[in-house]
Amino acid sequence: MVMKIRTIGRHARESVKSIWRNGWMTIASVGAVTATLLVLGVFYVLLMNLNQVATSIEEDVSIKVLVDSTATKEQQKTLEKELKSMPEIRSVVYSSKDNELNELVESFGEQGEVLKLYEQENPLNDAFIVKAADPQATSKVAKKIEKLDYVHHVNYGQSDVDKLFNIINIGRNIGIVLILILLLAAIFLISNTIKITIAARRKEIEIMRLVGATNGFIRWPFFMEGLWLGLLGSIIPISLITFVYKKVYDYLAPKLEGNFIQILEFTPFIYEVIILLLVGGCLIGIWGSMMSIQRYLKV
Amino acid sequence: MIVMENVSKTYPNGVVAINNINVEIEQGEFVYVVGTSGAGKSTFIKLIYREEKPTSGKVIVNGVDVAKLRNSKVPLFRRNIGVVFQDFKLLPSLTVFENVAFALEVIEESPKVIKDRVMEVLELVNLKHKARMLPSELSGGEQQRVSIARSIVNSPSIVIADEPTGNLDPETSWEIVNIFEEINKKGTTVVMATHNKEIVNTNKHRVIAIDGGTIVRDEQRGEYGYED
Repeated sequence: MVMKIRTIGRHARESVKSIWRNGWMTIASVGAVTATLLVLGVFYVLLMNLNQVATSIEEDVSIKVLVDSTATKEQQKTLEKELKSMPEIRSVVYSSKDNELNELVESFGEQGEVLKLYEQENPLNDAFIVKAADPQATSKVAKKIEKLDYVHHVNYGQSDVDKLFNIINIGRNIGIVLILILLLAAIFLISNTIKITIAARRKEIEIMRLVGATNGFIRWPFFMEGLWLGLLGSIIPISLITFVYKKVYDYLAPKLEGNFIQILEFTPFIYEVIILLLVGGCLIGIWGSMMSIQRYLKV
Repeated sequence: MIVMENVSKTYPNGVVAINNINVEIEQGEFVYVVGTSGAGKSTFIKLIYREEKPTSGKVIVNGVDVAKLRNSKVPLFRRNIGVVFQDFKLLPSLTVFENVAFALEVIEESPKVIKDRVMEVLELVNLKHKARMLPSELSGGEQQRVSIARSIVNSPSIVIADEPTGNLDPETSWEIVNIFEEINKKGTTVVMATHNKEIVNTNKHRVIAIDGGTIVRDEQRGEYGYED
């Protein structure tokens, strides 16, 4: 059945009127949506940033393969070829022992000057900087490389890296579980709130059915009301999270400059958050009101 | 036209409300349904507008077998039946006009048609001057007239009333019954469940007496016949 435009107008008017008429119930429902979205939004922002940090750390994790100092140039080439042919390895970069020494000197800053004495007779090894295709498999790959010929030693911060990955994974999982729990709690809260409003409007639904309103016709105003409740409920979370994230970003971003840990860029990310909250609010609102009206309709 | 063939209705809790009823009501008839409380009057009424389905037997209303009617088709079916209740069932937040217009909005009539038609029926029940009032500002009799106006606004072929005068004083009850008489004169079938002995015995019509879920008496121009 095609709905007439006039009817859509009627449903929209009815739903807006009912938002006003329900007064405190509207405020309670909007409050429930607001609370949910606020928590959802904050967790989403934290989780995405944690994820970003995790990813950049993951990408930074590399294996330093020290080449046996007795190995000839040819043997070194063989090792490089072998490394490059391993499917678990994404990239292999050669770093000569002079280069290694320079980096070491630099990392010590001014005190590193002393180390320059070694330039005459460099005790370091030539090295390959290797990155695993799956950063989480770094330790496995390292162990495999260790067994290759001409490898003097493999260095990847062993247990530290494993610990870090553990922490990141636990953090992600806790975040996801928390969001799911909160979402369920909120949906329960909202559907209860709307149930009370609808119980008060049972009579209205009963009369609509009596005079021959189709279920679709009965549902529409409630559907729209749920939509409005969701949209109203997303106003405060969106403004608050945008405001606070802007402040935090402006404060943290300059401090983190040059560091490999970065906070997510304000502009594309905040749009993502806003869309998530808008869609989330609408879905929660509509879902809540549809759930609670269902039992009054004989379908 | 309403036809019931071997109709029984047992509720899920085991109560047998209607037990093997056979009855035929012609288009344009005026029928009183009488009986003590719990005799099955309300179920009889509900079977007609398909608030309840028969457990066995056939209920045919305007050629539609209501037991076979799909739930999704019930709204369309209801549009040809007006229903009036003892407790009026008006929406308290809507004005008299809006309450009556409601029945037409639901079937997506144009605002022009709605306005004309609502005013027409409000004139019939003599409430045109109170169109903008809320139900709470009206007397019981006036509220029942609004509910009657709503039941006939989309010109149904059958009007069903379940104890329409149950909450009203005798004088007001007569006003209400006279409106039903008017509606009936225009060719609409009227089925009225009632306890009002005076009305049944004065405005003589067909009387169907129900007791213990069966029809114990069915006579043209009958009497109320109970001493309660």
